[in-house]
Amino acid sequence: MARVGVFVCFCGANIADYVDVPQVVEEVKRIKEVKFATEYKYMCSDPGQGMIRDAIIQYKLTSIVVAACSPRMHEKTFRKALSDAGMNPYLLEVANIREHSSWVHQKDKKAATNKAMDLCRMAVAKSIANEQLHEISVPVTKRALVIGGGIAGIQAALDIADARIPVVLVEKSPSIGGKMAQLDETFPTLDCAQCILTPKMVDVASHPYIELIPYAEVLELQGFVGNYKVKIKKKASYVNFKTCTGCGACWQKCPVKVPNEYNMGIDKRKAIYTPFPQAVPNKPVIDAENCTMLTKGKCGICKKVCLPGAIDYEMQDEIIEREIGAVVVATGYDMWDPTPYEEYGVGRFKDIITSLEFERMVSANGPTNGVPQRPSDGKVPKNVVFIKCVGSRDEAKGIEYCSKICCMYTTKHTILLHHKVHDSHAYVFYMDIRAAGKGYEEFVKKAQVDTGTTYLRGRVSKIYKKGDKLMVRGEDAQIGQVVEVEADLVVLATAVSAPKDNPELARLLGISYDKYGYLSEAHPKLRPVETAKAGIFLAGCTQAPKDIPETVSQASACAAKVCGLFSGDTMKKDPMVSTINNEYCSGCQNCVKVCPYGAIITDEVPVGHGIKDLRTVAKINEGVCQGCGSCVAICRSMAITLAGFTDPQIINEIVSI
Amino acid sequence: MEAEVKDQLVSIEKPELIAPPNWEPVIMGILCNWCSYAGSDLTGTSRIQYPPNIRIIRVPCSSRVDPWFLIKSLQTTADGVLVSGCHPGDCHYISGNYFARRRFLVTKKLLNFVGFHENRIQFSWVSAAEGPKFAKVVNKVTEDIKKLGPLHLYKKENFEKK
Repeated sequence: MARVGVFVCFCGANIADYVDVPQVVEEVKRIKEVKFATEYKYMCSDPGQGMIRDAIIQYKLTSIVVAACSPRMHEKTFRKALSDAGMNPYLLEVANIREHSSWVHQKDKKAATNKAMDLCRMAVAKSIANEQLHEISVPVTKRALVIGGGIAGIQAALDIADARIPVVLVEKSPSIGGKMAQLDETFPTLDCAQCILTPKMVDVASHPYIELIPYAEVLELQGFVGNYKVKIKKKASYVNFKTCTGCGACWQKCPVKVPNEYNMGIDKRKAIYTPFPQAVPNKPVIDAENCTMLTKGKCGICKKVCLPGAIDYEMQDEIIEREIGAVVVATGYDMWDPTPYEEYGVGRFKDIITSLEFERMVSANGPTNGVPQRPSDGKVPKNVVFIKCVGSRDEAKGIEYCSKICCMYTTKHTILLHHKVHDSHAYVFYMDIRAAGKGYEEFVKKAQVDTGTTYLRGRVSKIYKKGDKLMVRGEDAQIGQVVEVEADLVVLATAVSAPKDNPELARLLGISYDKYGYLSEAHPKLRPVETAKAGIFLAGCTQAPKDIPETVSQASACAAKVCGLFSGDTMKKDPMVSTINNEYCSGCQNCVKVCPYGAIITDEVPVGHGIKDLRTVAKINEGVCQGCGSCVAICRSMAITLAGFTDPQIINEIVSI
Repeated sequence: MEAEVKDQLVSIEKPELIAPPNWEPVIMGILCNWCSYAGSDLTGTSRIQYPPNIRIIRVPCSSRVDPWFLIKSLQTTADGVLVSGCHPGDCHYISGNYFARRRFLVTKKLLNFVGFHENRIQFSWVSAAEGPKFAKVVNKVTEDIKKLGPLHLYKKENFEKK
């Protein structure tokens, strides 16, 4: 027979003022299983917990009910008190008489007291059916997967690897570096992006704990935290990286020219190419869509000129499988396509470019050797108009959110323009200048003074052509007038948007994403780097637009989380998971279909009763199970039990009042 | 077909069974841990007052709720049942509340078919941030059940006596 101890809390005056606590204690004492009941001012305090410990030993209690605040508040505290007294912590039930009674029925003490009694009865009834549960130990594979080799992925990989944990870094393109490798200088210090990034890229390639898999994509992720299995598709590069020396003879001789993605299509690259001179790994790949040898079987020049014989036109995609314990997703962002802004003449006027195109032009290793040029006639522009919030903060045409980095990079662009073309003049159309960040406001102020840029607060309504110039018509809201600016070049500060592959990736990883396509964190404030799926973390712009310092911070935070996860050989897991009784399981597999985590698979067991045949039953992987209970409710043979929320427990609650 | 079924879905509860004086209904509230239970806690911390008729049971997810729990509640202790979970699309367990939603639709039709008034079984979506909404839902459910009076239909004791 169960021996239940009930402890009713006053919570100072929070409960005692609206619920007659002594009466509740008297009432629960009348339940025959209750062998001990008492009250105390603060059950969660040390003396309160001491009372629980003492009573467990003195009255040989088999389960405990604490009637106090919400279990979401102090369940862990009281479970620990049970453990300290040598009792299984899962024999505790909490009756929530504060949030669910005293605080919400303050005008009717009698009703609140009655309800508190009922809640206690329910908790007592449930606790009688409670069983001893033990935390589940799950082994951990100490290897991390980082998806994306931009600055976020690089930082996360390096930090994890520096803790001597092996890392598999998967990058979609032929080289790591991401968007940061395309930047010229970075705000607010005007560090050269290449100078601070390339050493890190080289570190990644040479780190003994990092396995870099470039030109590859993640195909499949199976398993659960600490025990994932990942399938990676390594796209055929048609170049044997082991024998290639990176001499560059192949791409110099290749006759096929295609727009260069690295330079935003401003110049051309070859069909066999390294994305940029500092690429890591610095080995070329063949672009199978454009190579005439691969498409038409004609050419083969690269193979002829390659002395080490690294070119292999027969190469196939390769599937690589790795066992990993945690995943860091760092897929970055896409630049928003400004085509919907028809009134700006996007697509019609050549001299309207996006900010990343401008960035490439002013970059020393860019297509124009660091001097901005008008795409139409190659002249150096003197009057340049920068338009901010193209796409951002525009519900009608773009996206609602603020892209966060455009104010700062446009400020940087006005400085870079001033540096490269001394007699130029910049105009900036803006809505607000959002310069929150260390040294940011100072940077903007200094740039305004140094460059003499004209800031016009207002939106641009139209851009039209006048001769070889562009006329930018907009509003200057501060003087309340329409203004027109004659421009040689217009630069659109286009919004940051989520990578278009994110929804597909999210489905593949089993995590969620928001309406824009950004991957969702577990809690916006308190768990910003974790996803709702244990063991998968987010770094950088794939979660929301961010600048480089924030991205690096988040990447390091991910590394800390991964290292924490891998700090022991096994992981502890909540024991409130489902189990199947094979005797009852009819093998209908309805549970397999409803399980959101793929935790249930089928298994073959002997039929028994002397029959040698096998029959199908469901089998739950307790490491994967998160304890939602969907399978329990759908099971027609009642073969599944969810520990902590069993049918007897809930039915006991229902019938007890 | 739809119309045919609808015709049959008439409550056989007798409204003339007048509630005894000072009668207060009991409502069984089955709430998911992550959204609605947290929401009801928020109602408490915000000190929003609501009628004291509801008794709350915590389950991990609305998909854990077996129709049996609803039937058992109506058979034994409760005059009405409220099940509440995360908003569709916001389930902590990815898709649990979609299964719950379909299951309850069927359960409700069944219980209605055997004679229960449709307001005896109610469902809502309350997020962890919707303290005021939870109070509103409880107010409405309590009002509805009070109008219906005590539940005599299929109460276990009625059968045991015979």
